[in-house]
Amino acid sequence: MAAISARNLSFKYAGAESPSMENVSISIEKGEFVILTGPSGCGKTTLCRCLNGLIPNFYSGELTGDLEVDGVNVSGKTTAELASHVGFVFQNPENQLFSLSVERDVGFGLENMGVPREEAIERIQWAMRATGIFNLREKAPYELSGGQQQRAAIAGILAMRPSILVLDEPTSFLDPKSAEEIIAVIAKLSHDIRLTTLLVEHRLDIVSRYANRVIVMDRGKVELNGTPSEVYNDRARLIGVGLPRVTMLFHLLRTAGFDVANPINVEQASDDLRRLLTK
Amino acid sequence: MLGFFVSALMFTNIFALLVVFVMQVPIVLVAKTVKRWLQSMRGVLIYGGFIFIMNMIFGTQFVQAIAFSIRFLAVVSAFSLFFMTTSADDLGLALEQIHAPYSIAFTFTTAVRLVPTMAIDAQTVVDAQRSRGLELDKGNFMKRIRNYVPILIPLIISAIRRSVELAEALEARAFGATEKRTSIVTLKMRLSDYVVIIATLIGLGFAVYVYLHVPLPNPVIPIQLPRISWPSLHTSRIDQT
Amino acid sequence: MISVENVTFHYPDGPDVLQDTNLEIRDGEFVAIMGENGAGKTTLVKMFNGLLKPDKGTITVDGIDTRKKSVAQLSRDVGLIFQNPDNQLFAETVAQELAFSLRNFGFAEDVIERRVTSIINTLDLERYEKSSPFVLSGGERKRVALAAILVWDPKHVIMDEPTIGQDYLQKDRLRNFIMQLVSQGKTIVIVTHDVEFVAECKPRVVLLSHGKVIGDGSATTILTNSALVEQASLVLPQISTLMKNLADLGAPSDIIDAYSAKDFVVARMREKVESRARSLKS
Repeated sequence: MAAISARNLSFKYAGAESPSMENVSISIEKGEFVILTGPSGCGKTTLCRCLNGLIPNFYSGELTGDLEVDGVNVSGKTTAELASHVGFVFQNPENQLFSLSVERDVGFGLENMGVPREEAIERIQWAMRATGIFNLREKAPYELSGGQQQRAAIAGILAMRPSILVLDEPTSFLDPKSAEEIIAVIAKLSHDIRLTTLLVEHRLDIVSRYANRVIVMDRGKVELNGTPSEVYNDRARLIGVGLPRVTMLFHLLRTAGFDVANPINVEQASDDLRRLLTK
Repeated sequence: MLGFFVSALMFTNIFALLVVFVMQVPIVLVAKTVKRWLQSMRGVLIYGGFIFIMNMIFGTQFVQAIAFSIRFLAVVSAFSLFFMTTSADDLGLALEQIHAPYSIAFTFTTAVRLVPTMAIDAQTVVDAQRSRGLELDKGNFMKRIRNYVPILIPLIISAIRRSVELAEALEARAFGATEKRTSIVTLKMRLSDYVVIIATLIGLGFAVYVYLHVPLPNPVIPIQLPRISWPSLHTSRIDQT
Repeated sequence: MISVENVTFHYPDGPDVLQDTNLEIRDGEFVAIMGENGAGKTTLVKMFNGLLKPDKGTITVDGIDTRKKSVAQLSRDVGLIFQNPDNQLFAETVAQELAFSLRNFGFAEDVIERRVTSIINTLDLERYEKSSPFVLSGGERKRVALAAILVWDPKHVIMDEPTIGQDYLQKDRLRNFIMQLVSQGKTIVIVTHDVEFVAECKPRVVLLSHGKVIGDGSATTILTNSALVEQASLVLPQISTLMKNLADLGAPSDIIDAYSAKDFVVARMREKVESRARSLKS
C-alpha cells in the first residue's frame, strides 16, 4: 500500500482563472524520500496543501480526483484529523513557533491533540533529541538562529508522530551551511524511522544526494517522475529546473560531444570526470 | 498588583496616594526591573502632567491636582509592574487553568508574542520607505498624516499575511482537534505566591480601614484658578445676576 | 565611491555587530558582500544610505560623511532594495508605486511619467502597469520592488538578498539584468549567501563574519578558499569542490563555474588526443 496515492488530482483556487494543478497522479511508497520541484507557480505548494487537508478546508476551490494518504482517503477530513498522518513544515520558521520556550512549543501539537501528559513528555524528549535541539529546550524561539528555529518546527511536527512528512522549501531563509545541516537531519530521520518524506526544494545541489526520487512539475502538471539521474535531463533544464552545477557541467560536456554519465552530486561527478580524463 | 490598583482608585487624598505609589518601589526592586519600570514611568509622566494641567484649568485645587496625577501614575505603574513580571505564557496558562476558553488564552498569548515581531516589521517598513525618499518629519500636519499611509499599508498587509501563515501552521499542529486539551506544563502555587496573596489582602484591608475611619490631613495650597463657567445652559441663572 | 573607515556599530542593548570594519567600494564596481546570517551584512549596507550611522568611524559616500546628510538626500545616489518587497508595496497601481519615490524626490510630473514608463518597459512590467501590486505573484512583486528603486536611476545600487525565494529562471534573468546595470557603469553591491549565483556572476567578494571582514578579493580567490568559506558559514561552489577533488590530475583551483570547467575539460581532452596522435606518429 502506497503512503501517498493521488489519481487525477486537480484543483482550482476559488476565483482563479485556471487550475493550479491538473490531473496529477503520483504514488509514493512508505519510507521514500522524494523531492518535488519545478519553477515558481508550477503547483508544488498546491499539491502539498492537498496532502494535509489545507486544501480544500483552508483554501477553498474546486478539488477533483482521489487522494489517499497513509491508507486514508482525505476527502471530508479536516487538517486536524490528518495531522496525525501528515506533518507539514512551512517555509518561514518564525511563523511556525508559538510558545515562549522550545520545549513547550514542541509539545504544542500534542496538547492540541489531547495526548496524555506522560506520553507527551516522552515524545517531546525524543523529538528534541532526534533534531539535535535538546540543549536548546529552555530557549525562546526568537533567541534561536533560523536553522535552529526550523529544527524546532520539525521537532514539533515529529512529536505528533506523522507517518508522512511534507516540507515546503524549508531552507528558503537559511544560509547554505544551515541548509545543508537541516537537510541532513531530515534525511537521517527519514531513513531511521522510515518516515515518508516529500521535500519541496529549489536547491537541488543540496538535496539530490538523499533523494530516492524527483518529481518535476510545470504549469500544474507532473512532467517528470523518476530517480534524480533519470530526471536531471534536457527536459528538466528546459522547464527551468535549477540542476546541480555539476550536472550542468556534464550536460555541457555532452553537448560538446563527449559520451559521459549524468552525475547528480559532487562525489559522482568527481568519479565520472576522473574516469573521463584518465581514459 | 490588584491591591495597588484598588487602593489607588479608592483614595483621592494626596498622602494616601503617595503611600500607594511609594509602596510599589520595593516590589520593583525585588523584581529587578528598575530600569524598565523607570522607562515606562518616564513615558507616562507626560500624561500625568496633562492630567495635572487639565485639572488646574478646570479649577481643581493645587494639591488635589497633584494627587490625581499621582493616582494615575500609581495605577499605570501597577499595571506596568504586572506585565513586566509575568510572562505571557504564564498568563496564558493561568487563564487556561481558571477554565477560560482556550481560544481566548491563546489569542492573548499570541498577541503578546507578536508585539516585538511586529515592532521589527514596522521598523523595516519605515526603513524601506525612507530609502525611497519618504521624509516623515517634514511637512505640515496634513502632509505628515498622509506620509504614514505608505507605512501603515505594508504593515497591515504583512500582519494579515503573517496571520494566514500562523493559521496554517496552527492547523498543521492540530489546533482545535479536540476540546480536551492536555496541559503539559501546569502552574503551581508556591509558597511565595501564597505570601503575596496574603500580603495583598492585609494591605487592602488596611487601606479600606484607613479610608473609612482615618481622617487624612488634606493640605490646601490656595493656588486655584477661578472656576470657568461654561457658556451657560441655564440662562435663567445669568438673568438672576 | 563608498568608503567605510574603522566603523564600529551596535544596536541598542546589543553587542557590536560591526567591529572596526574597513572597506572601499569604487564607482562602477560590482561587489558581493557575503557571510552568515547575523554577520552584519545588512547592517553595513544600511549605513550606505544613512539609515544607520556608525557609533565609531566614518562612512563616506562620494566624498561626504553620511552623518552630514539625511536618508532622503543619500538615497538619491544610493538605492537600497530591501529583501522583502511586501515591506514597501502600498500603492493602488504599479505605476503609482513606481512614481512614489520620484514624487518624494521632487521630480516634475512629466519627468515622472517618462521615467515610470521607461522602467516599466525595461523590466517587462507593461501588462501590470495598472494592476494593484498586491495581486501579483511573489516573483513579479520582487520585480516591481526592483523597478521602484531603479526608477530614479541611482548611481549606486544595493540589493539585499535578491535571490531568496527565486527559482532558477528568475535568478538567471536577475543575473543578466545585474550584468546590464554593471555595464551601464553603476556601482552594484549585492548582499547574499547564494554561492552559486555569485560563482556565475564573478563579482568582487567581501566576506563578513561576526562583524569583521575576513576576506576581500575576486570571486575565484575567495570562493575557492575552504577555510574562509567555512568560517563565513558558506559552502564552496560545487564546481570548486569538483576541481579540488581532481587537483591531482591538474585541475585548476581557480575554476568555480560550469562553463569555465567545461572549457578546461574540453581543452584537456583535446590535448590528450593531440599528444596521443603525436606519440602514434613517432
